Amino acid sequence: MSDQHHEETHIVEYGQYIYIWLGLLAFTGITVTVSGINLGNWTIVIALLIASIKSYYVLNYFMHLSNEDKIFKAFVFTALLTFFIFLSFTFWDYSFTR
Amino acid sequence: MAKDSVPVEKLEPSYLDVSTNKYKTGILSWILSVDHKRIGILYLFSMMAFFIVAVFFGFLIRLELLSPGKTIVDAQTYNQLFTLHGLIMIFLFIIPGLPAVFGNFFLPIMIGAKDVIFPRLNLMSWYMFAIGGLLAVTSIFLPGGSADTGWMFYVPYSIRTTTNVSPALLAAFILGFSSILTGLNFITTIHRMRAPGMSWFKMPLFVWSLYATGWVQILATPIIGITLALVAIERFLGVGIFDPALGGDPVLYQHLFWIYSHPAVYIMILPAMGIVSEIIPTFSRRSIFGYKFIAFSSLAIALFGSLVWAHHMFTAGMSDTAQFVFSFITYVVSIPSAIKVFNWLSTMYKGSIKADPPLLYVLSFIFQFSIGGFTGLMLGALSVNIHLQDTSFVVAHFHYVMFGGTGFGIFAAMHYWFPKMFGRMYNLKVATWGWGIVTFGYNLLYMPLFVMGYLGMPRRYYDYLPEFHTYHVVSTVGSWILIIGLTVMLTNLWVGMKRGKKAPMNPWGGETLEWKIQTPPILENFHEIPDIHAGPYDYSKYEKAAKEAT
Repeated sequence: MSDQHHEETHIVEYGQYIYIWLGLLAFTGITVTVSGINLGNWTIVIALLIASIKSYYVLNYFMHLSNEDKIFKAFVFTALLTFFIFLSFTFWDYSFTR
Repeated sequence: MAKDSVPVEKLEPSYLDVSTNKYKTGILSWILSVDHKRIGILYLFSMMAFFIVAVFFGFLIRLELLSPGKTIVDAQTYNQLFTLHGLIMIFLFIIPGLPAVFGNFFLPIMIGAKDVIFPRLNLMSWYMFAIGGLLAVTSIFLPGGSADTGWMFYVPYSIRTTTNVSPALLAAFILGFSSILTGLNFITTIHRMRAPGMSWFKMPLFVWSLYATGWVQILATPIIGITLALVAIERFLGVGIFDPALGGDPVLYQHLFWIYSHPAVYIMILPAMGIVSEIIPTFSRRSIFGYKFIAFSSLAIALFGSLVWAHHMFTAGMSDTAQFVFSFITYVVSIPSAIKVFNWLSTMYKGSIKADPPLLYVLSFIFQFSIGGFTGLMLGALSVNIHLQDTSFVVAHFHYVMFGGTGFGIFAAMHYWFPKMFGRMYNLKVATWGWGIVTFGYNLLYMPLFVMGYLGMPRRYYDYLPEFHTYHVVSTVGSWILIIGLTVMLTNLWVGMKRGKKAPMNPWGGETLEWKIQTPPILENFHEIPDIHAGPYDYSKYEKAAKEAT
């Protein structure tokens, strides 16, 4: 199998990591700020949206998913889809109780 | 179908004689083996040891309930007994029962492969199973006593009890890893190691069921892992995730617990359905009816079965909308299950049925699983559920599906594949008696629980009103008969393994690949990987002969 394995090296500038890190910090700040505002059911939606954007950057850049084969992206997508389905079904309860 | 048949008179050393490591004989040649068949046998014996322990706890529970008030143990011990009974039966017997034992042994053979794709990972899965199991049993003897929460570890009680909940949580966590790794191994093996010519629709249906099960194992098990870890964190640090006193939400725990634990029911039942789909064509001498429907219904059960978890929580304080949605999907999941039962019965229709012990266990499976399934629909109806929730009706329903279904599926598989695994036959007459006693005892034990539950007997109660006494006596007598039957069955298999007459290559006349190779199989199953040209259940010659005879 080793002869079929094609390894590519991707060089990422330090600056890019720093920009993304600063972006993540900024999003954390927004999360904390929004949590203090009463938006009803939207509070949790916005918090999850911000968390999703942060996860996207961590997965793609810090974990190098953007440079991986489609099959690995498909694996991550399947896991996220499953998570999304379980989460959204739980909200049949949460959203209509409170 | 296969090209690799070996005449019985030219037997070669089997996997039982040839070790994969430097230890030729003895326990080390087994516990360090990476051969999928030896690992399957390791699972079989460790699983049966745990099963016997859990049966003993079940026997004590029933004995305690023989009369109102204290009979043999105090209330606290009773709570611990039903917790351990559930914990061991669920995590150490039914979940690993079919995939880990028979999946390990037969999956590679049935798809024409020499082993699973990750043999070392396979052995590691068994070590995790053994370590998790021993930890669960060891927790009984630690100061503080074993957990008394029930196998569901419901909060807030599981956060507050001073018994050994944490070791039990850790045990379930480790066992979850074992399950995930087995599922991963099987899915990859099915994708990558099928013999040439074995397309998806030429795979035996047991393989299809293992495939569907594997996905549930991989996708759902991590959720129980993280949930149990959160309970441990809550116990040690008091974060306030689930504990209402700290602002946590106990209903959230129930959601997270059942997101795994309901699909886990399908991890348990799907491979049993696969076994039934193997045994019925063999003993009816008929090609399976509706192969694709059975294959796809396994996937449909895995998919819809993963989305019905909250039907365990109709009285927990959920929203009305959630109750309606989950009740509806519960009804939907019954459709693929009914498709399977219909196809099994249609396969037997006009078949040349031979009622040997494996088929007898399968017939019990269909009867009992159908009762379990229909009572499941009753419980899935919102109005009925409110009346029956947390009564012994639920206990009866659960045992009809899990024991009457999966448990009997395991017994059927043990009797069906025993000659291939050990190269010897058991006594068929004794096995038939064993089946009869087990089936009678089983139904006598659990049927009264339906009636009692309907009349209001709560589940897990230590004491009860005098009006329930007769039902409890009948049920307890049933447990004694069941244990006699299990003893007959297991002793017969043990004697067969030690002293039974040599088994031929294909004692039942099966058509799948495992019946085309030597009994017991050689180390890597096949000298040459077979070419597959036909489907797995080609009984056309028997069907033609039957038609000509009529």
